Amino acid sequence: MLEIRNLHVSVDGKPVLNGIDLTIPAGEVHAIMGPNGSGKSTLAYVLAGREGYQVTAGEVRYQGSDLLALTPEARARAGVFLAFQYPVEIPGVANIYLLKAALNSVRKASGLAELDAMDFLALIRAKLKLMGMDEALLYRPVNQGFSGGEKKRNEILQMAVLEPKLAILDETDSGLDIDALKVVADGISSMRDAQRAIVLVTHYQRLLDYIVPDRVHVLSQGRIARSGGPELAKELERHGYGWIDAGRSSPMGEGP
Amino acid sequence: MNPEVRDHYQAEFARIATRLPGAEVAWVRAARAAALVQFVALGFPTRQQEGWKYTSVTPIENSRFSLRPSAAPRVTAAQVAELALPGALLLVFVDGRHVPELSPLDLLPEGVRLTSVAEALARDPEPLRMLLEGAVGLEATGFAALNAAFLADGTCLYLAEDVVLDAPIQLLFLASEPGIATHCHNLIRAGTRSSAVVIEHHVGLGDEAYCTNCITDIALASGAQFTHHKLQQESAKAFHIAAVRVKQGQDSRFHSGSFALGGGLVRVDIHVSLDGEGAECVLDGLYLTSGRQHVDHHTCVDHAVPRGTSHEFYKGILDGASRAVFNGKVIVRPDAQQSDAFQTNCNLLLSEKAEIDTKPQLEIFADDVKCGHGATVGQLDPEQIFYLRSRGLDDAAARGLLTFAFAAEVIERMPQAALKQRLEALLRGRSPDAVKELL
Amino acid sequence: MATPILNLDDLISQDYKHGFFTQLEADAVPRGLNEEVIRLISAKKEEPEFMLEWRLKAYRHWLTMTEPHWATVSHPPIDYQAISYYSAPKSRKEGPQSLADVDPELLRTYEKLGVPLEERELLAGVAVDAVFDSVSVATTFKDKLGELGIIFCAFSEAVREHPDLVRQYLGSVVPYTDNFFASLNSAVFSDGSFCYIPPGVRCPMELSTYFRINARNTGQFERTLIIADRDAYVSYLEGCTAPMRDENQLHAAVVELIALEGAQIKYATVQNWYPGDKEGRGGIYNFVTKRGDCRGADSKISWTQVETGSAITWKYPSVILQGDNAVGEFYSVALTNHYQQADTGTKMIHLGRNTRSTIVSKGISAGHGRNAYRGLVKVAASATNARNHTQCDSLLLGDRCMASTFPYIEVKNPTARVEHEASTSRIGEDQLFYCQSRGISAEDAVSMIVNGFCKEVFNKLPMEFAVEAQKLLGVSLEGSIG
Repeated sequence: MLEIRNLHVSVDGKPVLNGIDLTIPAGEVHAIMGPNGSGKSTLAYVLAGREGYQVTAGEVRYQGSDLLALTPEARARAGVFLAFQYPVEIPGVANIYLLKAALNSVRKASGLAELDAMDFLALIRAKLKLMGMDEALLYRPVNQGFSGGEKKRNEILQMAVLEPKLAILDETDSGLDIDALKVVADGISSMRDAQRAIVLVTHYQRLLDYIVPDRVHVLSQGRIARSGGPELAKELERHGYGWIDAGRSSPMGEGP
Repeated sequence: MNPEVRDHYQAEFARIATRLPGAEVAWVRAARAAALVQFVALGFPTRQQEGWKYTSVTPIENSRFSLRPSAAPRVTAAQVAELALPGALLLVFVDGRHVPELSPLDLLPEGVRLTSVAEALARDPEPLRMLLEGAVGLEATGFAALNAAFLADGTCLYLAEDVVLDAPIQLLFLASEPGIATHCHNLIRAGTRSSAVVIEHHVGLGDEAYCTNCITDIALASGAQFTHHKLQQESAKAFHIAAVRVKQGQDSRFHSGSFALGGGLVRVDIHVSLDGEGAECVLDGLYLTSGRQHVDHHTCVDHAVPRGTSHEFYKGILDGASRAVFNGKVIVRPDAQQSDAFQTNCNLLLSEKAEIDTKPQLEIFADDVKCGHGATVGQLDPEQIFYLRSRGLDDAAARGLLTFAFAAEVIERMPQAALKQRLEALLRGRSPDAVKELL
Repeated sequence: MATPILNLDDLISQDYKHGFFTQLEADAVPRGLNEEVIRLISAKKEEPEFMLEWRLKAYRHWLTMTEPHWATVSHPPIDYQAISYYSAPKSRKEGPQSLADVDPELLRTYEKLGVPLEERELLAGVAVDAVFDSVSVATTFKDKLGELGIIFCAFSEAVREHPDLVRQYLGSVVPYTDNFFASLNSAVFSDGSFCYIPPGVRCPMELSTYFRINARNTGQFERTLIIADRDAYVSYLEGCTAPMRDENQLHAAVVELIALEGAQIKYATVQNWYPGDKEGRGGIYNFVTKRGDCRGADSKISWTQVETGSAITWKYPSVILQGDNAVGEFYSVALTNHYQQADTGTKMIHLGRNTRSTIVSKGISAGHGRNAYRGLVKVAASATNARNHTQCDSLLLGDRCMASTFPYIEVKNPTARVEHEASTSRIGEDQLFYCQSRGISAEDAVSMIVNGFCKEVFNKLPMEFAVEAQKLLGVSLEGSIG
């Protein structure tokens, strides 16, 4: 599904990612963990196509073709979804407009007919229920005045509606209380599917109590410092990120 | 004043003054004549005057519009029906004259008097005397004087104490004949604790030049709640000069909305005096300009006494080679303690030829006040564009949607559903096709 | 329950510290203005012909102009024929060759003002040019600066010694036709400071001019010209005082700054002209034109001003952002107490691409003071990607003062991003009571709050002047709250 080879990325001339190699097959859930500033969010943004990141080397192949050549909307239409760490507020645009516009653009790109208003509403209502969200949120401006938890749920709602092939969830667990975390985690779990790859970008292990990943990768100073099974997350929880950096000297050799 | 301009207006006055409504009443004639003298003395405003620094009315001065003594409606009921807002009480004016046939006012609740100025002058002019004789005050402009000199029609609305009028009143001003100037004056008195909504709607039916010069005076007694919304869709070549002057009594509440969509050269002055303690006003506005339009809003809120509140929210989207001007003044007089005034003006420039001149302004003479303003000129937020694109919208659609949303923020503040829907439809109509499909 | 905790009026009664008058023999021209007077000034200063011609052109232009009245200040009419346009300490006539030749009375005056002119007593790292009434009386550290190729001298000296530089730059930022007071200045200016920093030189010390009006019935019309050549840097400070008098005196200065490619000029003013007494009698009319031109790419001009003095202040230190990536800054504290009036602000004219400007204005009004911010941010069609942020705050002390804000924003380029914010606040009795109940005296509380309010601007001043500015503010606020 997704193959990242030797990816180097700079922001304002400063290297942030220093050679990422990562392969994520369909049907799997991968967690990318790491301390603040390790490059997790940069990786997520680069995959979604945000401006301001210069890819200086390497490539990213998505379903066999060059992902980096596509505009953000082309990636979305091809089935890439990024749940934002800080969902953007858009005053004046009702949530339901965005959902409908997004869904129809993705459907159109896949050669599907646009949904009519009735079918659309029925679909949305079902997904709302899944996320335990109030229908009133549909008619409020996108993310404006939403609580932190509502914003994150709204991201997962969008994912549930758009049914992407590759979902990248950037710190979706941050700022959630335990009840909201469970709802969000259930929402994500319900999306696990043999055709879909999910990337969980997270600082803490706690989301992984609810969604057990197939693989865990630890990012440090712009590189994958360690990869392993779900037990790696538990170990990190016990020892902290210092443990990874301490262990870097021998396997990684030279510094960044 | 240019002698040719003076001669033109004096000749027009001589030609039609005796045929204007109320001409048979001595004091009306005298008031008009005095106003003409004042107009000749004042002349049209010039750019040397601070309040007209960015707006030249030379094209109006050079246009020699003629005046029409009476109405000759060339407007059909079907045209009116298309513009009427559902559920509104409708008064239709064509080329500045009330047309009763097109204004089927049936049942008005007790305590509401709603007539045209022409009718009031014909039947019972006396109550208008003070208003019209004092119409041209000390700070008058040439336009106000011209309006008083050639006053032909307008609306008189009286609300008795405690009267609550649920249905909005739509004053539909249609311009059908090119080359003429119309001078209307709306006079509104809202009694203690009364409540009503007036929507002043100006529509140009053709695409020729003409001049609308319209004044609306509103006085709110204590506890009155009044809404005045103005929807301006004049023709692209039209001149539109409007003044809204409001005096608020104690604990009264006033909501103004000014939506400027049309007109070639537009100037709107909104002046609110918070004369009674605890009065509150909200001024909302939206200007959408394109082509070679020039749209100028000047607002002034005068906190004359303590505990007044004013909140102002104006936005503009400028395209083509258009130009918009915004000047929002807030005055807090000595002793108007505990005044609360805030003002926001945000502008979006879409084209390289567009220009905005904005000037929020505070003049504060009291210390226990909460006053502030913010003004911005900028572009769409790249974060928002990226967010929408990451959800599959292309760049043009994302921009179109965000531009729509920028304007919709003002429209959403309108509590009247019929007006809101109309505004949304108009806004949608101006959006790119990609966005129309989304909305 | 507004029990007055204390009478704040009592807090504040310190007088103007610099109000003494120095008895000196002066060489002054008779009152009045005509071409003869201008020829006389020019002759006294032994100016080259081009200078006299420029003055006369300015004078003739001035005659066609009328005094402006758009500012929110009011004053009785000024009789321009009642002013003496030139006054110099007599000992200057022969010209002091060194500080030893300077009238000791004059040196004592500057010592009283806290501006020692003897180099050994100077604050390390500050070179001073002292301007007394109409002429520059002493410039310190000239030789040391000269080694670096820096010219720092009296304006009249520059006219004689460096006529080509003067000719090239004088009036290139503020032309003699600019405005009523600038034209008047161009015709009659007597002295001022001149500074030229050669390419690539970073001026190693703060340069400073100290202005003093001493004689009665004189106007002070000094002119300052600072040129920072390519990649040069200079930080400049200006201070001003005057004796206490019942009548008003006119101060109409012009300051021109020119920053060439990559150059940076920091210009700071602590203005403490005599503000008049508590009833509004006397004081200086401070009508000043200050403008900088970021002529080259990547240049930067930054104005910082602390305006506590003068009966009326009327000035708008501005920046023309011509070069691409140029940066303009304006940081201002303006305080008006008693019957003082200030109408001050800035103009940021964006012409080049990627130009940036920042405006921070802090107005403090007390007593019957009137304080207006008036500013213009203009983004021309050529200024792609221009940015401005303006923050404009007013602090009101007492219910008889006035604060106004007149920001003009004119934008002709769709890539511009301009943000303007304004707010007002006051020191409430509840705040003072709160501080007092925590053991802080009301006086300290006021000073604490006011200094907090001004911090952003003080941070831009060189350290020792920031301390001075804070003290000055405390003194100027004496008696301000009721």
